[in-house]
Amino acid sequence: MAHAETSGTTRRDFIYIATGAVGAVGVAGMVWPFVSQLQPDQSVLALSTTEVDLSPIAEGQIVTVQWRGKPIFIFNRAPKDVEAARAVPMSQLIDPQPDQDRVKSGHENFLVVVGICTHLGCVPLGHQGNYDGWFCPCHGSQYDSSGRVRVGPAPLNLPVPPYTFTSDTKIVIG
Amino acid sequence: MEGHSTYQPQGKVARWFESRLPIMGLLHSSAVAYPTPKNLNYLWTFGAILTFMLGCQIVSGIVLAMHYTAYAPVSFARVEHIMRDVSYGWLIRYIHANGASMFFIAVYIHMFRGMYYGSYKAPREVLWILGVIIYLLMMATAFMGYVLPWGQMSFWGATVITNLFSAIPGIGETIVQWLWGGYSVGDPTLNRFFSLHYLLPFMIAGVVVLHIWALHHVGQNNPDGLDVKSVAKDTVPFTPYATIKDIFAMVVFLLFFSWFIFYIPNYLGHSDNYIPANPLATPAHIVPEWYFLPFYAILRSIPDKLGGVLAMFGAIAVLAFLPWLDTSKVRSARYRPLFRQFFWIFAVVSVGLGYLGSQPAEGGYVIASRILTAYYFIHFLVILPLLGLFERPKPLPASIADAVLARGAKGATAPHAKA
Repeated sequence: MAHAETSGTTRRDFIYIATGAVGAVGVAGMVWPFVSQLQPDQSVLALSTTEVDLSPIAEGQIVTVQWRGKPIFIFNRAPKDVEAARAVPMSQLIDPQPDQDRVKSGHENFLVVVGICTHLGCVPLGHQGNYDGWFCPCHGSQYDSSGRVRVGPAPLNLPVPPYTFTSDTKIVIG
Repeated sequence: MEGHSTYQPQGKVARWFESRLPIMGLLHSSAVAYPTPKNLNYLWTFGAILTFMLGCQIVSGIVLAMHYTAYAPVSFARVEHIMRDVSYGWLIRYIHANGASMFFIAVYIHMFRGMYYGSYKAPREVLWILGVIIYLLMMATAFMGYVLPWGQMSFWGATVITNLFSAIPGIGETIVQWLWGGYSVGDPTLNRFFSLHYLLPFMIAGVVVLHIWALHHVGQNNPDGLDVKSVAKDTVPFTPYATIKDIFAMVVFLLFFSWFIFYIPNYLGHSDNYIPANPLATPAHIVPEWYFLPFYAILRSIPDKLGGVLAMFGAIAVLAFLPWLDTSKVRSARYRPLFRQFFWIFAVVSVGLGYLGSQPAEGGYVIASRILTAYYFIHFLVILPLLGLFERPKPLPASIADAVLARGAKGATAPHAKA
């Protein structure tokens, strides 16, 4: 490497940096498609909404449907379940949230939650545990009839997915 | 000509590590301090271009495998899924499909470079044979990759190529069924080809390491075909000279590659491969990918099943014996006036065979194929051995430095203009 010993900044330094910068931009531009291809593709995005007919769900019944590959619990709650959920003081909850915020008004009997334990991702079992809700067999978390966590180690309530009623008996999740 | 490393680790951690695993010293001696002949021309950049292409194919291939499924009923649709659904899937597939062609363009330039400048001669015979092995592995990899989209050309290409082995007397049929995993090309064939298509590139990478090791042990040949006599006078360090030159050539090559990817991505493919595989109907005109065409022409030129297969494999195998078939002591065609003419005739014959391989096997095409096939073998088996005995080479310069200075004095930068 025959570098001429020059003091200060030379034109050659400029050329090196300019070439390197152009090269870096080119490489970054080429890396992006290879990162981007890891995202959910169009065929996955096309399945991102699920329509569910609620009419066959009897009172007290929990059905599980799939949305984006995840289990969604739809619980047609009896009036006593709703009352029990609303009677709980916020101070007793690990992740305080009123039941009213977790259902659609006018359809208070229907609870729609993502059926994935907020601890480490197992699917909780319905109608089990001490709170008329769910019990997770993996690490013993318990959820009440509003899908709220009551016994740890799970830190958060079962999340409510985005959904809307398209008629009195139909919802679209997603 | 081993470039003895002048690498001195800087800092405590580097010294600690180097005394336990001298990998930085190895990299330094092979890619920084390594002496390269100072008369190398741009044809010597294709080694780096090929290394880059191998990396490019492996990276794009691994990504495609993330979205592909090797299962006959769905594979065709999975490739379309890559083209339509996957983010930038079209780009990555076109990089991979055209990358295979670019890989072969570069390897053919690299091979003809070696032939023209006698790069296969002592002490580089093993280096050359390792190259022939890489070429064989490349052909196997490319062939199996072409089967994966499971289009009509995939299916019938696989059928024709695997049937080559049925020409083996006695056990041929058994071998072919064993290759297929059935009684015809089908799902088991597709699955094993996918598995092997994923494996072989890493075997290529392994042989490439040996190829480069052998190269760096014996030193590079050069356009004058002379040995390095004085490292100080005849060579320049790999970095920055060869590094920058290789990168520049690679960028120019990438422009060419990009033109295919972005403007004519299906030019080198065959439209029939966008028809899903149909085991009950062969396309009217079935041709292999362009890089196999010369060998395909040789196969078809022999009017005998076993003979055609032997001629085709022989045409590749003969390359491995090139170091001993060429009897001349002089390496570079620059100093071999007769060989230079025969080299270009051979180059035209090879391209001509490629053209004939793309044409239907009938009439004048068959006759022309037979003549060119005969010449192909005569070149290796008759002309090269005899040329070494009868040709009077031009006087060789005393050293690489002398050759460079002589050309500089004449003001001739193009060696062939006045040589």
